[in-house]
Amino acid sequence: MSDGGSVIAETAGGSLLPLAVLVPAAGMLISFLLGGRRAERIALGLMPVQFGVSMAIAGFVWRSGEPLVYVLGGYLPPLGIALRADGFSAVMLVTASLIMPAAGLYARANFATPPGATERRGPLVVWALMQAVQAALSLIFLGGDLFNLYVALELLTFAAVPLVCLDGSPETLAAALRYLMFALFGALFYLLGAALLYGAYGTLDIVLLSQRVRAEPAVWVAAGLMTAGLLAKTALFPLHLWLPPAHANAPAAASAVLSGLVVKGSFFLIVRLWFNVLQSLPTAVPGTVLAALGSAAILAGSALALRQERLKLMIAYSTVAQIGYLFLMFPLASGPWAPEAFSGGVMQTISHAFGKAAMFLSAGLIAESLGHDQIAGLGGAGRAMPVTFLALGLGGLSLMGLPPSGGFAAKWLLMKASIEAGQWVWALVMLGGGLLAGGYLYRALAPALSGERPIMKRAPKRGSEVVALALALAAVVLAFAPPAFFAFLQIGRPAASVALR
Amino acid sequence: MTSATLAGLVGAALVGLGLYGVIVDPQPLRKILAFNLIGSGVFLVFGIVARKGAAAGLQSDPVPQAMVITGIVVAFAASALAVALTLRLFEQTGRATVRPDVEAKAPGAGADSE
Repeated sequence: MSDGGSVIAETAGGSLLPLAVLVPAAGMLISFLLGGRRAERIALGLMPVQFGVSMAIAGFVWRSGEPLVYVLGGYLPPLGIALRADGFSAVMLVTASLIMPAAGLYARANFATPPGATERRGPLVVWALMQAVQAALSLIFLGGDLFNLYVALELLTFAAVPLVCLDGSPETLAAALRYLMFALFGALFYLLGAALLYGAYGTLDIVLLSQRVRAEPAVWVAAGLMTAGLLAKTALFPLHLWLPPAHANAPAAASAVLSGLVVKGSFFLIVRLWFNVLQSLPTAVPGTVLAALGSAAILAGSALALRQERLKLMIAYSTVAQIGYLFLMFPLASGPWAPEAFSGGVMQTISHAFGKAAMFLSAGLIAESLGHDQIAGLGGAGRAMPVTFLALGLGGLSLMGLPPSGGFAAKWLLMKASIEAGQWVWALVMLGGGLLAGGYLYRALAPALSGERPIMKRAPKRGSEVVALALALAAVVLAFAPPAFFAFLQIGRPAASVALR
Repeated sequence: MTSATLAGLVGAALVGLGLYGVIVDPQPLRKILAFNLIGSGVFLVFGIVARKGAAAGLQSDPVPQAMVITGIVVAFAASALAVALTLRLFEQTGRATVRPDVEAKAPGAGADSE
């Protein structure tokens, strides 16, 4: 790595970074002013713009092979705030800018304001909040200052919590309140950790901190507090209790965003913390603790998913399990296998985002068409709505880690890294988790493919089915990611440049 | 004992008290108050950090003070959202608890929490 000064200098294309935050943020504010009918048009119209900005950022990172940097207002850190985009940020930006419009197109069916009808609160809130989630996620993926990231984290929470209780029923209100409690707990712990780091080193800029941090008590306490806080927001076992009711009772489009993207926001910060800020610390012990919690999440989440009566709850518990896989990359973070483990973790993040969004949208269609989402009542539904169940099944491929799917690529990379590192325990957990995932998906899919005649309330909407299928296919296509994609993910990974030195 | 140490201990005590309330008390309103207690503790720690002037040997570092102001705004917004949700929950069920094992009852059936 070069000296601190040049790391913080602004790079070509850096001025795109604030746009990724400003486009959805401006859209949210304008939507809120202009009301429900126009909000839908603004949200759906700006989503392609956001995708364009994200792709342009990815293009600049790809061409330069270095992280993009933008310094807000020209004030250099430690006093000013920098935005940075490395390979992981760019990939997450693009993923978010693809899943958000998919959820938006799906939400059109339920949250449209037809011409002539009076405007209702629901649609206005949905379109404004989806853009707020997008803005907060962009800020999380690009933020280079730990306090700025705290604000982004809180923005994400405030946008995500109301999405849970859109219909205002008592169970969704209770779920949203519980979610908020866990999130507030997490945010305050994160903030306390940030205060300790500032007290010790006088800066919260990620790059400057990474050069100054040494293994001393204040840093370990800060790291522990921040990690615990972020784990509560990411819903890693045993802090997962809020997730299943919140994700399973939200409207389908909101569930897809919450499960696919929102939990990845706080996970992204855990990666930033351990891989960037604390890169010079010996991370074997904390990494093993995180992976042990992840393993517990995989086994407990999958076992609980097996026991659910409702399809959406089953998918929500499978999110608890799949979040566990994300944490298996931490004990493998140093050594020759580190690039593989990192790529595996990132691949799991994005393939789960696409696969889980597809599954929640499919589950929403199933619940609308059948009038319920009881797994016991799915008999023969696969014949009545084949495209929906195809999307559900293809999304499930990724969860099980069967080829061809992004989930397979992710789990293969993680498993290879863990065997090369001699930490075969994680490989065993992944195999067990895959088998359990196969079990709960079989429970849902097998009756659906039987010869029974289901009682359909109405046929699923073709457009929504296509959206769910497109997301599921995206999760499958990730299996064919070329080696250049994995090289792209390594751009800006600190340990990568240390290894090259 | 210097005033900074005393303030640090008070901050730690506030965080501890708040954490106890958050974990033990099932009533959302008490939990929200407990969160604010933790928040006050954290802001106090920021205040000490400002006194320390770790950044540039200043007598008083303004950056943590700016952070505390932002933090207070965020904490206020969070409390408002939590209170609004609690009120809606109470209006709908006559009960305000986040314990999943307590079934929602009709309004007036269990008015033990206000």
